[in-house]
Amino acid sequence: MNKAGILIIDDEAQIRKLLEITLQSNNYNVNLTENARHGLIAAENHPPDLIILDLGLPDEDGQTVLQKLREWYTNPVLILSVKNNEEDIIRALDNGANDYLVKPFRTGELLARIRSALRNAAAEEGNSTIVCGEISIDLEARTIKKNNESIKLTATEYKLLSLLAKNEGKVITHQYLLREVWGPGYINQSQYLRVFIAQLRKKIERDANRPEYIVTESGIGYRFVCKDN
Amino acid sequence: MDLFINRISKPKQLLITVSVVCGVSALCYVLSIYLDYKVIAFILLLTVSIAAILFDIIPVFAAAILSALIWDYFFIPPHYTFHVGSTEDSILLLMYFVIAMVNAVLTYKIRQIEKIARAKEEKANTVKLYDTLLNSLSHELRTPIATIIGATDNLQSHNRNLTETNKEDLISEISKASFRLNQQVENLLSMSRLESGFLHPKRDWCDIIEVTYDSVKRIEENDISQKIVININPEIPFFKLDKGMMEQIVYNLVNNATQYTNPDSRIDITAHAHADVLELIIEDNGKGFPPEEINNVFNKFYRLRNTKTGGTGLGLSIVKGFTEAMGGTVHLQNLREGGARFTINIAAQTSNLKSIKHE
Repeated sequence: MNKAGILIIDDEAQIRKLLEITLQSNNYNVNLTENARHGLIAAENHPPDLIILDLGLPDEDGQTVLQKLREWYTNPVLILSVKNNEEDIIRALDNGANDYLVKPFRTGELLARIRSALRNAAAEEGNSTIVCGEISIDLEARTIKKNNESIKLTATEYKLLSLLAKNEGKVITHQYLLREVWGPGYINQSQYLRVFIAQLRKKIERDANRPEYIVTESGIGYRFVCKDN
Repeated sequence: MDLFINRISKPKQLLITVSVVCGVSALCYVLSIYLDYKVIAFILLLTVSIAAILFDIIPVFAAAILSALIWDYFFIPPHYTFHVGSTEDSILLLMYFVIAMVNAVLTYKIRQIEKIARAKEEKANTVKLYDTLLNSLSHELRTPIATIIGATDNLQSHNRNLTETNKEDLISEISKASFRLNQQVENLLSMSRLESGFLHPKRDWCDIIEVTYDSVKRIEENDISQKIVININPEIPFFKLDKGMMEQIVYNLVNNATQYTNPDSRIDITAHAHADVLELIIEDNGKGFPPEEINNVFNKFYRLRNTKTGGTGLGLSIVKGFTEAMGGTVHLQNLREGGARFTINIAAQTSNLKSIKHE
């Protein structure tokens, strides 16, 4: 199998070195760039399978770089940010980023995010069953099973769960979930989302208070996680 | 006194002084049958003097001028004209006016001097705080940095005497030191956000159960030995609060309890809704706080005497800062049976929409 190519755009030499060692030792081809201009040129010359983009670049705002990339680049973009500023992260996700990590991060977490982003990008659209740990979701029959036993979900619960599960590993913002599941008029009705997430967790998690599948990204949204993938 | 002035806007002060002068004048007018107009001058002057103590210079000037005009018009014979009959009365009116003005100016000057003295005192306090900060920081930041530099140095020296276990231990120390450093920096950033005064809670529907479990999970990742028990009624409503701040509050309170109680202690977290007030209680069965120090624990950089190192003394002040930023209160008490109880009360909008079964 060909090694996946990852382009890194980050102005911090130490972070570049860390990413280079971590990614190369995990069998990725790594291309390092230190500013927006070089990053954009490198992306065009050799379109990578995934881009890791720092939001704070010296020559151009990372959000602008992201917008420029998204004019033509369709593979995953993972944002690295020192700011744990929720608005910046939400804006980056709205601008087409697939995921984000806040520095400092654990390399194990970084690798998991890269794997899941690459897997999502490669996934066939027509794949009709999602299997994740004890849970399996049949998108055609619109049924869900836990340990081979059927779980009854309401229509809204099913919509919410399937939307999260189809984007396994990726953080989905509150606003996006509200818009897609309830409609544009419900964007500020976040209590609906809290209620349905709590109900879903009671049905699918082993312990609803210590969720393993539907993970909260505080202030941003939710992420459906498959540990065994 | 200064506070009193600052609380009331200048136009309002003007309104108050003018009304008081008019009111006193009206009273004097009624009493003018019994009182000589010279006595009335003293009553009006007294009114202006009291106004000078309470209010800003412009309202006091206005009171001085107005009262002089009123005295002239209504009380100095001939009445109901600004014309002054005798030379003696002209001198009296002039003197009245000058004394009222001098009153206003002197009080204003005294206030300015007080202001400068207060600024000096504040500066001295800031310097003292800054020293405490430097002492605390240099220790709490340098310890992990020293560990990292020392351990990496050791690893880089290719010392043959280092066994594999030694190396693993050194790496584990570097890891622990980095996380400690990160935590300290997080706390400092929170503190500087609080200090900047530009901290506005971002209120959104907040599931206090989720907040509590998430914060506790982060603490349990540090392999703590205390038992943390969460007991919150699942039917507790959502509160419109800043979730990030709530997480910091719970995290710091529980983390604090794990740091200063014995390994076999128990930490209890409960939450209740009293109408639209969220009450969050975090208590432990440790030794509690020395009673004479209870009032100081929320102060910045305050550390209990004779405690082990490991904190910057910021955790509890962050708790207080974030709680107050959301308009709440935090209260600490020792329990009769031993241990400490922190009680947070925050009023916030609630939502009883806890389950929607048929959608």
